[in-house]
Amino acid sequence: MTSAASSKLMTINLGPQHPATHGVLQVVLDLDGETVVNATPHLGYLHTGIEKTAEDKLYYKALPLTDRMDYLAPMSNNLGYVLAVEKLLGLEVPEKVQYVRVLLAEITRLNNHLVWIGTHALDVGAMSMLLYAFREREMIMDIYEAVAGARMMSSYFRIGGLAKELPADFDKRVNKLLEVYPDKLNQYEDLLTNNRIWIKRLTGVGAITAEQALDLSLTGPVLRSTGVNYDLRKTHPYSGYEKFDFEVPLGKNGDCMDRYSIRLIEMRESLKIIRQALDGMPEGPYKADAPGIVLPDKEKVMTEMEALIFHFKIITEGFKVPAGSYYMGIESPKGELGYYMVSDGGTKPYRMRVRPPSLINLQALSPMVVGGKIADVITCIGSIDIVLGEVDR
Amino acid sequence: MGDLTYIAIIIAKVTAIFIAVISGCAYATWLERKLLGRLQQRMGPTYVGPFGLLQPLADGLKLLFKEDLVISKSERVIFAISPIIAFIPGFMAFAVIPIGPPIELFGYTIPLAVSDLNIGILFILATTSLGVYGIALGGWASGSKYSLLGAIRSSAQMVSYEVSYGLALVPILMMAGTLSLHEMVSQQAGGWLGIGNWYVFKNPIAFLIFWICAIAETNRAPFDMPEAESELVSGYLTEYSSMKFSMFFVGEYANMLTAAAVMATVFFGGWNGPIASGPWWLVIKVIFFMVMYIWIRASFPRIRYDQLMDLGWKVLFPIALLNVLVTGLLMYLV
Repeated sequence: MTSAASSKLMTINLGPQHPATHGVLQVVLDLDGETVVNATPHLGYLHTGIEKTAEDKLYYKALPLTDRMDYLAPMSNNLGYVLAVEKLLGLEVPEKVQYVRVLLAEITRLNNHLVWIGTHALDVGAMSMLLYAFREREMIMDIYEAVAGARMMSSYFRIGGLAKELPADFDKRVNKLLEVYPDKLNQYEDLLTNNRIWIKRLTGVGAITAEQALDLSLTGPVLRSTGVNYDLRKTHPYSGYEKFDFEVPLGKNGDCMDRYSIRLIEMRESLKIIRQALDGMPEGPYKADAPGIVLPDKEKVMTEMEALIFHFKIITEGFKVPAGSYYMGIESPKGELGYYMVSDGGTKPYRMRVRPPSLINLQALSPMVVGGKIADVITCIGSIDIVLGEVDR
Repeated sequence: MGDLTYIAIIIAKVTAIFIAVISGCAYATWLERKLLGRLQQRMGPTYVGPFGLLQPLADGLKLLFKEDLVISKSERVIFAISPIIAFIPGFMAFAVIPIGPPIELFGYTIPLAVSDLNIGILFILATTSLGVYGIALGGWASGSKYSLLGAIRSSAQMVSYEVSYGLALVPILMMAGTLSLHEMVSQQAGGWLGIGNWYVFKNPIAFLIFWICAIAETNRAPFDMPEAESELVSGYLTEYSSMKFSMFFVGEYANMLTAAAVMATVFFGGWNGPIASGPWWLVIKVIFFMVMYIWIRASFPRIRYDQLMDLGWKVLFPIALLNVLVTGLLMYLV
């Protein structure tokens, strides 16, 4: 930094220990007064080696690792992974499984956006929003717990289906959520959208153009805020998204305000998808009929010899996946989450490469904040919506 | 009045006010934590004593036993003095607040204020603006960049708001024709329902400007720039610990109480109330303003540093000036 060496600028380390960097992000800022001249994000403080670890795990054992990347959107991460492996296997899942996956992926989007709106508002100084958002998130956590048994690291999806049948009161829980949420979202809007301080803090802050966004290969709400209509659920539908009717909100200015409003509309659209998935949920098995890949029912394991053998073989040595590679991108709440799976024909992935939306969207931080104030840096970090677990993996 | 009795009464009043304000500060923290908790779907303190009422005591003890960190890069002397500079003015300003009507005791007429200064308002303006020196010096002396930014912010904020803070009071002074708080309070007695003569009804714009400036002056949300937790970690407080920290903390609350008491006295009739005027009305009004402080903190995002300057210089300052002009004009015509 030659410019930082000149005496007029002050270099400040924002993070890795800082209350508003969403974990352990470090941003080295060169400041002229309070104006940001240079911003360099430094990554790697939360490196967990998930991609490498996956190479040493059987396919079904690598699944829980994916939860731990973006821990605010576990179901979306699972979805990308199982879809990629299923493509390699050439496995078709029953329609019901598709519906349940879409439903839960959209609930996950709500989960992610709720935590986002809470922390983002806290960063901007509206501290109560965090607790309101977490209050509503609790319903989602309860749904996770009901379906998967775990509140955060759900690992509910399986290669070829789901872990188990949905609980009996699933409909009731989701209906309750659909009933409560629209009103709560209105309350958030009352508290923030029309608040003059909120508008002043977000409008025109961290603006990027569509060209910049495309050059940096940004995705998700950050890209759509610049007006580029790119949502994998519409452009490359997966898991039956083409059957659902929903809008993709677009922004105009590419600033924090647009990203904020887009995410709020996305939450309402998610509610629409959840409603459609719940109403149109077909009857059927919760997993594909694929002996040797999908675990047989426990009853059959107890009564049938063949099922017992399959159960034993899958658990101990896994299943072989035909050699080849496949890239599966899904629209995670943060953007395009891609899994590039390479198989050498064995029972473990030869390579699992994850395209994390958080990391790639984080590239936009520097162009967003240069020329702004310190407070804008915090607003922009919040507005990009990163999870450091996913940035560093 | 004998000299000794006079001194004894003064000492008694000073002690009483000091204890009242410092316990007021302690329970203001309790009120803040409890109310903020309830506004945010939380419980607030519950464990220490009934309704967590002994929590301030526990907090104070904890801070007392904390290690008093000395930062190697700090300016030791200024680092140690600045909490005291921040602590004292809040209490000093309380000296001129009239608590109630004068009382008769042992054959003497005792005004219920430490000092019945005839320039009370000026004294308050002077003392409350001293507190910022503690913040600015403390932040600079910490030798930390975050603290320095907090210190710079607080001095810039003080300069922008002090002007409107004072100007907002000018129309009231013009209408009252006095600088003495006692006289102001007695002017506001009576009227429609016993509240009709309050200056807040006679000049609401002055009150609004004063209120906004008072929040900025006491560094409270949404103008808590010098602290700005999400940006500057804790601003000027970042490197402070133990009793030095708690002195800053108590100083902030004392300033809040003072600002609330000034608003109650100048605009809301002081100890005058619709029924049974007395010191309790001042207490009720102060609590009301403290609750408003907390409510505002729970509801609003933090305004940005440069936007705060804009608001101070481009909005509040012209309005305050215009208010002086219009009030003068109306007084001349009517």
